[in-house]
Parts: sequence; structure tokens; C-alpha cells
Amino acid sequence: MIVVEKLTKQFKGQVVLNGIDLKIEEGEVVAIIGPSGSGKTTFLRCLNFLEEPSSGRIKVGDIEIDGSRPLNQQQNLVRRLRQQVGFVFQNFNLFPHRTALENVTEGPTVVKKTPRADAEALGRKLLAKVGLAGKENAYPRRLSGGQQQRVAIARALAMEPAVILFDEPTSALDPELVGEVLATIRGLAEEKRTMVIVTHEMGFARDVANRVVFFDKGVIVEQGEAKALFAAPKEERTRQFLSKFLSAGNGAQ
Amino acid sequence: MEEAFQLALDSAPFLLKGAYYTVILSLGGMFFGLLLGFGLALMRLSRFKLVSWIARIYVSFFRGTPLLVQLFVIYYGLPQLGVELDPLPAALIGFSLNMAAYACEILRAAISSIERGQWEAAASIGMTRAQTLRRAILPQAARTALPPLGNSFISLVKDTALAATIQVPELFRQAQLITARTFEIFTMYLAAALIYWVLASVLSHLQNVLEERVNRHDRES
Repeated sequence: MIVVEKLTKQFKGQVVLNGIDLKIEEGEVVAIIGPSGSGKTTFLRCLNFLEEPSSGRIKVGDIEIDGSRPLNQQQNLVRRLRQQVGFVFQNFNLFPHRTALENVTEGPTVVKKTPRADAEALGRKLLAKVGLAGKENAYPRRLSGGQQQRVAIARALAMEPAVILFDEPTSALDPELVGEVLATIRGLAEEKRTMVIVTHEMGFARDVANRVVFFDKGVIVEQGEAKALFAAPKEERTRQFLSKFLSAGNGAQ
Repeated sequence: MEEAFQLALDSAPFLLKGAYYTVILSLGGMFFGLLLGFGLALMRLSRFKLVSWIARIYVSFFRGTPLLVQLFVIYYGLPQLGVELDPLPAALIGFSLNMAAYACEILRAAISSIERGQWEAAASIGMTRAQTLRRAILPQAARTALPPLGNSFISLVKDTALAATIQVPELFRQAQLITARTFEIFTMYLAAALIYWVLASVLSHLQNVLEERVNRHDRES
């Protein structure tokens, strides 16, 4: 489904990603964890080229992009890839001048040229799916953070992508709003949607992801079946990182 | 007093004809200035240094020289290079070129003020740069740009009086001509001032209506 080979990213001489290889199968939910500055968000943003890799290859379905070539020479390919790869941002990034429904129908109508009526039917269905039936005509600023993030998830779903990337989807939320967003993502996992989730919610990663990938200093230190990795991390570095979380008693959640 | 009133009445057709030219110059200058200014703003934001630099020089020149001098160069100067323009087109070109420089800076600032996340959100659903601009960035940038654009427009309305110096029979020129004939200096210039005031007030009002419209999503739930 997704194949990443030898992905590197340097930024002003600093190595942010140092040769990442990762394969993600269809229907798999992969959680990426790691300390801040480990490169996990940069990695996720490279997957749909919001960040330009320095080198390496990324393949999604039958679209393959060589990260060492300048992106503006392969813009059409990048755009095709992005239509296959949904992205949910930490800060939602909804279009503030459009209603919830318009935010969701924007991609289908503008990019895919779906007839408006069809796009609206799909949009209503997706908003209902993320628990926002009745909020179709609300502008983002009238919605809570959790509601905005769920609109953003519906917006990503509306493009019917092969995979959805989540960049710390609950980090900008008030604690009491985290649950509703995680529940929505959990629902998608149950439908066997392919997802890659960068998260600090360890309990969530363990329970929802099939596989957990631990990033540190620009490399993948360790990866494995989610529950196994949390129960018995092999690498010392992973153990250190997880110790805080495990000793805090969250392990029982 | 009555005489002054009568004079103003008699002069009204001339003043209104002048006001007509003032409106033509204002609307024309704003329209073409905005078009050109938008193009310049996109050039300024271009990742190609040379393109950006050309726009920068343009803006610097037209903002750094007096509008009056620009009009003189176009109307009195260009004929020496074989380009002869009638007063009205010369003035229209001058005001458009000048307005473009200000519009460029306003639009550039407004577009730059939109956070990067909006570009990224549009990119993430596969939009092209042009679609992103049209659907996501410009509608938001318009809100930021409208007040300063409105101010520039009102300035332009008043600056059109400079066209009197290159023979355009606009409002101020008409007032001058009538004054030369009647010596009713105070009355005529006051009448002209009042007409400018009405024009500017109407435009301010339109600006407010427009701002209300683009800010709609702030109020409605």
C-alpha cells in the first residue's frame, strides 16, 4: 500500500530524518510515537509532501515519487498522490470562511469535480458519521475544537483516500474534548481503514493501532505489534521513553 | 447669497459633467489598478527571485515618485518618444499604474497574512496553487485587504483632481474654468469640494456594505 525507502530530510544542515524505511499494508493502523524533535511529524508531512524530502522514495498505490527530485517538477504526481492521502492536522486548519458542510464538499467539488448534489449528499453522510449531523451550516469558529477536528476528519474522508495521516490530532484540544476525536478515529480503525497516526496518546496507540513505530533522532528505533511493543519494548531507548507512560499507571487503561 | 446659489445652479451641468469624468477616472483607475496590482502581488510572492524583484522595483518607483510627476511624464513626456495620448487615457493610465503599486502592497500583505495551514489544508486535498488561491486564500485575504483598499480608493477619488493639470475636464478643472469666467472663486471651489465629499461618502458607504458582506461568516452561526 505505502512503501517508504531510505527517506531523508535535512533542514539547514541538520538531519531531521536519517534514512527511514517503512511499509504499511492496506487496512493497517500504524501509530508513530517518539519524543518531540524525533522527526515523527516531519516524516508524516513528507508522506504527502507537505514537507519536501531531501532524498528517498515514497510509493502510495501505483504512484511513486522520487524525493530527491525537486517537487515543483513533479507537481501533478504530487497532487495525484495527495488525493490518495488524506491529512488531518494538529490545528484542524478548517477553512474559516466555509461552513462545516462546505469544508467537507470542497475537495470533491473543486478537485474531483463531483456534481454539487452528490458532494453534498456525501458531505452530510460523513458529517453524520463523525457525529456532527445538524452542524452542516455552522462556521468553524462556532464549533468546539473537538467538533472542528471531526469536521477535518470528514473533510479528509470526503476525498475517499487510500490512507489517512493524522498529525497529533488531539494535541491542540482541551482534555475533555480528546475523547470524542479519539472515538471517531477508533471508529475508522474498526472499518479497516489504512491510517498512520502520530500521537502522544499512548493508551490510544496501544489499543487502536496494529503496529507501533518508535522514532528517535530521525530514525526508527523499534517497531512491532502494538500490544507486544508496549508490554515488552526491546530497545533501551524505547523502554526509557515508555517508562514515564507505564509508571504513570496509564498502562491499565 | 441668492446670487451665489443661482451661480451654483447655473454651473451645475458643468460641474456634474466634471464629476462624471472624476467618477470615470476613479472607477477606471481602481479597476485596472486592482487587476495590475493583483498580478504584481503574485509576482512579489513568486519563488523566482527575478520576478519578485521586478514587482518590487515597480512598487518602489510608483510609490516613491509624486503622482503629479507620473502624470506629466505620461502626458507631456511620452509624446517626445512618439507616444501621444489624449488627456483622458493618459490620466487613466497614470492613475491605474499608480494605484497598482499600492494595491500590490495591500494584496501582498493580505495574502501573506493567511496562515500557512490554510495552504497546507488545501494542498492536502489535492488542490492546485490556483485553486488554493481562488477558493481558500483570496476570500480570506479580501477581508484583510478591503479596508486599506477602500482607503486607497477614496484617496484616488481625491487625487483625480490632479488630472486637471493634464487637461482632463474633470470636476476640479471645470471649477477652475468657471472661476476664470465668473470670479466666484469661493462658491465654485466650495461647490466642487462638496461634490468630492458626496462622492467619497457614497464610496465609504459602499465599502462598509462590502466589508459587511465578506465578514458574514463571523456573525452567522
